[in-house]
Amino acid sequence: MVDIRSGADEVIPLAEVEDVELYHPKSWWTHYVFSQDAKIIAIQYSLTATAIGMVALVLSWLIRLQLGFPGTFNFIDADHYYQFITMHGMIMVIYLLTALFLGGFGNYLIPLMVGARDMVFPYANMLSYWLYLLAVLILAAGFFVPGGPTGAGWTLYPPQAVLSGTPGGQDWGILVMLSSLILFIIGFTMGGLNYVVTVLQGRARGMTLMRMPLTIWGIFTATVMALLAFPALFVACVMMLFDRLLGTSFFMPAIVEMGTQLKQGGGSPILFQHLFWFFGHPEVYIVALPAFGIVSDLISTHARKNIFGYRMMVWAIVIIGALSFVVWAHHMYVSGMNPNFGFFFATTTLIIAVPTAIKVYNWVLTLWRGDIHLTLPMLFALAFIVTFVNGGLTGLFLGNVVVDVPLSDTMFVVAHFHMVMGVAPIMVIFGAIYHWYPKVTGRMLNEAMGQIHFWVTFLGAYLIFFPMHYLGLLGIPRRYHELGETAFIPESAHTLNMFISVMALTVGAAQILFLFNLAWSLKRGRPSGGNPWRATTLEWQTPQTPPAHGNWGKELPVVYRWAYDYSVPGAAEDFIPQNQPGLGMPTREHAS
Amino acid sequence: MSVMLIFLAGIAGVVIWWMAQQRLTSRPWLEVGHVGHPGGGERSPIPPAQIGLYVFLAVVGALFSLFISAYMMRVGTPDWWSTPIPRLLWLNTGALIVSSGAMQWAKTEAQRGRGDPMRAALLAALVTAILFLTGQIFAWRELTQAGYVLADNPANSFFYVITGMHGLHILGGLIALGRTMTRVWNGAVTDRVRLNVSLCATYWHFMLIVWLILFALFAGWANDFADLCRQLLT
Repeated sequence: MVDIRSGADEVIPLAEVEDVELYHPKSWWTHYVFSQDAKIIAIQYSLTATAIGMVALVLSWLIRLQLGFPGTFNFIDADHYYQFITMHGMIMVIYLLTALFLGGFGNYLIPLMVGARDMVFPYANMLSYWLYLLAVLILAAGFFVPGGPTGAGWTLYPPQAVLSGTPGGQDWGILVMLSSLILFIIGFTMGGLNYVVTVLQGRARGMTLMRMPLTIWGIFTATVMALLAFPALFVACVMMLFDRLLGTSFFMPAIVEMGTQLKQGGGSPILFQHLFWFFGHPEVYIVALPAFGIVSDLISTHARKNIFGYRMMVWAIVIIGALSFVVWAHHMYVSGMNPNFGFFFATTTLIIAVPTAIKVYNWVLTLWRGDIHLTLPMLFALAFIVTFVNGGLTGLFLGNVVVDVPLSDTMFVVAHFHMVMGVAPIMVIFGAIYHWYPKVTGRMLNEAMGQIHFWVTFLGAYLIFFPMHYLGLLGIPRRYHELGETAFIPESAHTLNMFISVMALTVGAAQILFLFNLAWSLKRGRPSGGNPWRATTLEWQTPQTPPAHGNWGKELPVVYRWAYDYSVPGAAEDFIPQNQPGLGMPTREHAS
Repeated sequence: MSVMLIFLAGIAGVVIWWMAQQRLTSRPWLEVGHVGHPGGGERSPIPPAQIGLYVFLAVVGALFSLFISAYMMRVGTPDWWSTPIPRLLWLNTGALIVSSGAMQWAKTEAQRGRGDPMRAALLAALVTAILFLTGQIFAWRELTQAGYVLADNPANSFFYVITGMHGLHILGGLIALGRTMTRVWNGAVTDRVRLNVSLCATYWHFMLIVWLILFALFAGWANDFADLCRQLLT
């Protein structure tokens, strides 16, 4: 009690932070289209990511239709199947998850949660979005170019990615994909600089790093990682473009294709794998860390309890971020590398389990004896924890070389990564949208539709991916267009595949309900007021909802406490906003 | 990937040094009401643009480290014949060094508030940087005329791709410098001008260091280092 109150009555001079020169839009175009306001950019990012994500969702339906009912749908031939899985993977990982977490949530939440008026470089921020949009359009154009999009698999391994046997390899597909990725990376770098520097330099007075909400810690660390990891993909893309267009041999070994010896030779496909996974593994955590951060805040707010082990949570985020750069070769156990390397990378991979487990324990301990409100954000947060634990445990199997080798390239791997970096982060995205939609629009999302959406999505996702582990253990390979009559595959596996496909269609349909809810609640939703969840963080304390241009009124907020003062004994309410100096009972405090 | 890992270790060092000053062991739940802790977790007085540039340079550094890593993994394979270094490259290196020196001079003059010598220095930096780029293009032509074309040999491919990437970065720097110069050409030396000139100078020095490393790499001096790395790893 004494600790909590000490210094609470200090008179603190108002913000000495000089006001940033705000960009003021002059016309409708600069206000809503070529906007430099981080909030508008965030919405633009989110809508674009959702739109292209819907394309990937439809692709997943087509994949499942082929796997569940092989031979029924004649328009899905082998080439199309490979194009569908490639585009599905690439869109979901990069153009949806990365863009939505960093470009969408990052842009919206960073300035609001740290108490800034906007990002520090608004113009670069705007360019970032337009480059992203251009990258998405080029990617989508892949469906309409001669030969269709690339079918090289989302890992784009050479040499097959640029050979004529792969759809798009000698047509436009691979070129479109590589140029889209290059543009995405340039655009992301512009945005990423903004996120990092805004967290470093844009914080309101009193917002020390250790008072930042974990959401910001997650997005901040993920952005730093992305800035260092995406160049690896950039280098790989540039070099592959040269191989494909100008006949260099960075990655191309000597190959005889259709009876003719190709001009190229001597290149190293393994070099590409190193570059790709040097980006690819941090990418998993680029998606996971913002999810970790957001879910911590959701749990704390909706269990009305401070986060357990805040410092540990921060350290764990930073340590996971650092470790994720030295595990990339665990994606390459079957590439014929030195067994000692395999041992090293298996060890680092398993070490990551330690900080990750700390986070899981802390989420569970935050829930322990909390005042759990089973609101939609909370339901999704709980779903995230179980899903993430599930996916993480199968990661222990795949992280060990001897167990990985037989499981490599089976459906087990597909099930693992969909659980851990597909379903789990998507759960957080849904939870976060239900949580922050009221701040963005001023209205609550419809609860009934939300409940249907949650239960169908959560249970459905389990019904899709749980049986898939079993298929993998049976030895059913991934990336196969059709299994055919294979002796080791029992009839029941085909039935199971059918079941999974039906479930996938159902879960997909639930997402359409979700999108309808987003649109419907915009006009018809219940007005939410400024702080419907009674949360402590700064974005809920803005003078207007939705926040106006410049976020805050005349004066910037001053921060007096950390983000997790829920259910503080003796306080007037069960939450104390970060910008409130005392406990919220001025009269009694002065009297005593 | 050893070069990239060394680079990352450097970045990690900077991050650890920075985090050590951020009071990461504080107990925020007990520290209610305090607003400012001098030097502890508050933002630094460095202007945002400068921090932004440092972060950007880290990204550029990662990019070139990765190119060099790829080079190191490919160098010495049986089909590798080193590309000869055109003598022109020495001249270009000289031009870039002069350019970097001129930027430093401009920065000093800007800090002293002397507009005319600053503008002269900026002009000198601009001209020598353009000279460098032109020289690079002539060096390319010299090589292609001697038969060292892009796709013939991995050494050539790496040479053209990496020098091209470096050239693009210099070009981007020239655009930034051009914008700075139009801004400072007639006005007084304000704080804004000082900042812009100093940012350009930082970028110039960084790109010079990158070039010197690349030059050493192509000239073959780095091969000894590569051999050392390979021995360490095998």
